[in-house]
Amino acid sequence: MRKPVIDLLVDNHPGVMSHITGLFSRRAFNLEGILCGPIGDRSHSRMFLMVDEQDRLPQLLKELVRLHDVQSATLRHDLDSSIFDPLQATGEIAN
Amino acid sequence: MKRNGAQIITTLIERQGIDTVTGIPGGANLPLYDALQSSNIRHILARHEQGAGFIAQGMARVTGKAQVCLGTSGPGATNLLTAIADAKLDSIPLVAITGQVPSAMIGTDAFQEVDTYGLTLPITKHNFMARSAAELLKLIPLAFELAESGRPGPIVVDVPKDIFLQETEFDAWPEPWVKPAPDDIPEAKITPIAEAIREAQRPLLYVGGGIIASNSAEDLQTLARKNNIPVTTTLMGLGVFPPEDSLSLGMLGMHGARYTNMALDEADLILAFGVRFDDRATGKVSAFCPNARIVHVDIDPSEISKIKPAHLSIAGDVGQAIRALIPQVDANPRSEWTARIAELKQNFPFEMPPNEDPMQPVNLLAALGNMLNGDTVVSTDVGQHQMWAAQILPFRHPRSFLTSGGLGTMGFGLPAAIGAALGRPHARVVCISGDGSFFMNMQELSILAELNLPVTILILNNRRLGLVRQQQELFYGERYHASQFHNVPDFVALAQAFGIEAFNLGDADDPIAALAKALESPGPCLIEAPIDPMENVFPMVAPGAANSQMITQSGAKA
Repeated sequence: MRKPVIDLLVDNHPGVMSHITGLFSRRAFNLEGILCGPIGDRSHSRMFLMVDEQDRLPQLLKELVRLHDVQSATLRHDLDSSIFDPLQATGEIAN
Repeated sequence: MKRNGAQIITTLIERQGIDTVTGIPGGANLPLYDALQSSNIRHILARHEQGAGFIAQGMARVTGKAQVCLGTSGPGATNLLTAIADAKLDSIPLVAITGQVPSAMIGTDAFQEVDTYGLTLPITKHNFMARSAAELLKLIPLAFELAESGRPGPIVVDVPKDIFLQETEFDAWPEPWVKPAPDDIPEAKITPIAEAIREAQRPLLYVGGGIIASNSAEDLQTLARKNNIPVTTTLMGLGVFPPEDSLSLGMLGMHGARYTNMALDEADLILAFGVRFDDRATGKVSAFCPNARIVHVDIDPSEISKIKPAHLSIAGDVGQAIRALIPQVDANPRSEWTARIAELKQNFPFEMPPNEDPMQPVNLLAALGNMLNGDTVVSTDVGQHQMWAAQILPFRHPRSFLTSGGLGTMGFGLPAAIGAALGRPHARVVCISGDGSFFMNMQELSILAELNLPVTILILNNRRLGLVRQQQELFYGERYHASQFHNVPDFVALAQAFGIEAFNLGDADDPIAALAKALESPGPCLIEAPIDPMENVFPMVAPGAANSQMITQSGAKA
């Protein structure tokens, strides 16, 4: 089943990832996948977050927007969790 | 001009209007102290960084302005954490500037190195690590902006030692941050709320710290009186509505009066203004105001409908919302509803103790309440004494009651009282504490004595962690464990050892007269009041229960 993807535009500096993931862990939101990289002149980064939440998505978005480093947070319907599929393809765990 | 990072910080906080900071120096922040030494800023040397954090909070809570505390790296920073987390939960503007090991040593487990950025991330509104002296020109005004704007909160700026010392060349100082006037609320948001008030038969204002943060207590009173809407406040909102007013319902929730929680049950419209539906206020959420439409106004959009879905809401300044509402609501006597409120107060009053023993804690605090004048600031610690103070003391002015509401930090009272006395120089400050709480920051008696501030400390001594003992009695089958201190110091002798005047109310022929006399002492004074350890705070709602299910004094003893 496809899972929702949140598209975040954030300031690019060391620590911003901690702010995002920290919010997810302290508010007990599930975070299933992260795709992230700097864009443009590298002053900003874009993050795609695959989430496993339905009921609390509106609250999650409000709390993300509240973070100082987050410029925008949108729920993308033209994206889907298939962008994370390569994770599965190479997901073999060597012992 | 050319300045180093420490000089930039010092000048920028001075330009921000800060005249007093508090903290403790150490290896990593010594360059900052060197810059402070040659500035006009007064430094208050706390005896523990947690004390510094709460002294700064006390100043912030009485002035409404962001205040500054300082700590060095490692333990200096970890000791600040509790005060920072406390400021987060109570939305208090605070700027904590911490020293960090030099940039080149970060990540090497250097002496007194700890990940301050990581530790403070979940307990701040925002945090920074400075990466250059030039960056501080932006970060320091931004720290004040973030601390005071929107929903206030704590900001940490972590500064590696080499950044304090790094010199940078720049042309002009950045402008200090000035809080802008709050945005107007669109008419379209106000009209439906005015309409809801017009249609309601039994409206009720449930208000909290947001009224204080937005300096709108007078507007709230105007609105309530114009339309005759009864007002209940949270613990954080005490002081915004005078208790003598017939519309006053006092504090709601776990230790609210029965009539208060019963009125909430009967209301058909709840005007939740500057509140966040905290569990200590609402009790079991599904049973909170079951018959009411909810109007929620709060500056923080993420609070709207977080706990209780709102039928109407405004994410904006609550003061602006109230001022816009006033002309839109009618003068309405609401004689039926106000008569019902009077009836509830008559039939389900706050139960005073069955005897008139002046050493009974509620009686003692009631007597203290009669002695407070309009300028008095009260701070509390956390526990039974805090709830008794909240129940019985008459708070008539915003910023006159300082208490750790959200985090519930024992040890808050004394340093916050010191901060209050610094922030409001001519006011009498009374710190109401318990023996358990007082243990947690009593080292600050030392700086209190040094500053000779007019702080009166009243310790209700039951030789217990009283609220823990009470819960063990009521909910754990009277299996008392770890709630009694088998060794308790002579607090009078302890205060005297610090050079502070002190006496024991238990030794006084007339305890009330002795208390009144202590409040006139020009400097600090500590009063120990031995109380019956079996006293309980009533009424009480069991944690997780509905507010309508209150345990009362007469009920519990029956």
